[in-house]
Amino acid sequence: MIVVGTICAVLLSITGVLCIVRIVRGPTMLDRTVAADVFVAAAAGAIGVEAAIGRHDTTLSILVVLALVGFLGSVSIARFAAPDTDRPPVDDDRARPAEWTGRDDEEDGS
Amino acid sequence: MIDVIAGILLVSGALMATTAAIGIVRFPDVLSRMHAATKPQTVGLLLILAGLGLRLQDLSDITVLVLIALFQLLTAPVSAHMVGRAAFRTGFARPDLLTVCEFDTADTPTAADPDDTVAQDDDDPAGPTR
Repeated sequence: MIVVGTICAVLLSITGVLCIVRIVRGPTMLDRTVAADVFVAAAAGAIGVEAAIGRHDTTLSILVVLALVGFLGSVSIARFAAPDTDRPPVDDDRARPAEWTGRDDEEDGS
Repeated sequence: MIDVIAGILLVSGALMATTAAIGIVRFPDVLSRMHAATKPQTVGLLLILAGLGLRLQDLSDITVLVLIALFQLLTAPVSAHMVGRAAFRTGFARPDLLTVCEFDTADTPTAADPDDTVAQDDDDPAGPTR
């Protein structure tokens, strides 16, 4: 079981590092939200693995909380997502039609 | 024997999270990253919870585990739906990567109405949901 714990710790650590890489690099707010969701899922998995290795049930309530808090965070961020004003949404060679988003009238807002 | 099965489930759940993280770093836009991101949220966590249930083998603990899995399965599609919708609304989804897009109906005259309603809804970011 020690071997299983070591393998899971390594894999979940790689997951966390890659998610932080995407959170730092991610060009948009939604990329960071998605990466943070995966980070929360990896944290929940790590807590579950730790409870399985130690064969105790004291951290199961934390898993319940994580399953709900990650949902609330991503929903609230996606609810108030606004286009970045200092960065065009796409490159110029991939310009989208204006009726795709209907976003032309809000370039100077928040 | 049960510990071996539990270990296999735990390692496969962690492996699912790792592959999803690789996909998040490598994939090109928000929607494809969401495709990768749903794997540890549902399958990976369910595998880890199954391994944990095999390790604990207590009825009350397994009840809590089923409750966690139920919460996760209920909330993950909702958040994914809202993130994807916000990606379309804010224009971060790349149309050249989509195979099928049912929004791209600008040529047909009947599509003017849904586009107009989308434009009106976008006038305030906290507008009404559809």
